[in-house]
Amino acid sequence: MLDLVHLVLFTFLAVVAVAIIRLKDLFAAVMLMGIFSLLSASLFTVMDAVDVAFTEAAVGAGISTILMLATLALTESGEHPEHNRFQAMPLIAVVVTGAILVFATFDMPRYGDPEAPIHQHVAPHYIEHTEDEIGVPNMVTAVLASYRGYDTWGETTVIFTACVGVMLLLGGHAIVDRFRRRKDSGPEGES
Amino acid sequence: MISHHIPRVLSKLLIPLIMLFAFYVQFHGDYGPGGGFQAGVIFGAGIILYTLLFGLDQAKEVFRPRVLEIFVAGGVLLYGGVGIAAIFAGGNFLDYDVLAHDPTHGQHLGILLVELGVGITVAAVMATIFFQFAGRGRTDD
Repeated sequence: MLDLVHLVLFTFLAVVAVAIIRLKDLFAAVMLMGIFSLLSASLFTVMDAVDVAFTEAAVGAGISTILMLATLALTESGEHPEHNRFQAMPLIAVVVTGAILVFATFDMPRYGDPEAPIHQHVAPHYIEHTEDEIGVPNMVTAVLASYRGYDTWGETTVIFTACVGVMLLLGGHAIVDRFRRRKDSGPEGES
Repeated sequence: MISHHIPRVLSKLLIPLIMLFAFYVQFHGDYGPGGGFQAGVIFGAGIILYTLLFGLDQAKEVFRPRVLEIFVAGGVLLYGGVGIAAIFAGGNFLDYDVLAHDPTHGQHLGILLVELGVGITVAAVMATIFFQFAGRGRTDD
């Protein structure tokens, strides 16, 4: 039964991905990308990764769709390809890279295999000691905020830096104006 | 959008619930799925929904960009501050054990504050980025 759900969701993912590539209307493509994210979130839920599913649904299906739409409102929603004729080299490059990636997955441990290397390193410690070391029922929160606090600190800094970058790129002149005004009226303004 | 009555009335009902749900996700992250990042994104989505329905100018009156800027930096500083506080309490950076008398209580306090920092930063960043995109192409600023 679970395999059937996986199969259906993965089939939908592939169909939506192909549709996104084929579409020339960017507005429809953005909407399909939201559906793609929602399907991924459903897959993560089926795989018992509820925290990841939550993030994917909120960020992928929610915020990035809106930001993409805002970008389309600034530009335009039609795609104008430079050339439409068939090119062999890109197709060969993509097929070869894809074949190598599929070949590499044969070496990966089976999904949910308890003997997989990733479950042999620090994961047993987290699972056995979260209760008495951290005392938080949600193990994901314990790992994110406490055991791996450094990583989350880095991620928060990345989000902060991204925001500063967007503000400088899109609102640059307004910020520069504000500082210039403050500098001009500085001595009188402060006294 | 502004003349559409049904979305307006419905979102007036929904936006407080979305924001309340964000707080639930924020402070219930220790016990169920969720945490600062997801809560921040949901709260940011609430602000964006408000902006879509009531216009950028009114949204900027409610969520002032200057205040959002302070929150963007404030969340990161709160996170780092918890780490520094742990150093002053005699532990390592971000070692929450020393924040309270009992190590487990210290961990609870540390995780709560750190997640709050993440939530504040993410919510403010989402709103700020959307304001920047939506305000682009206007000549008034």
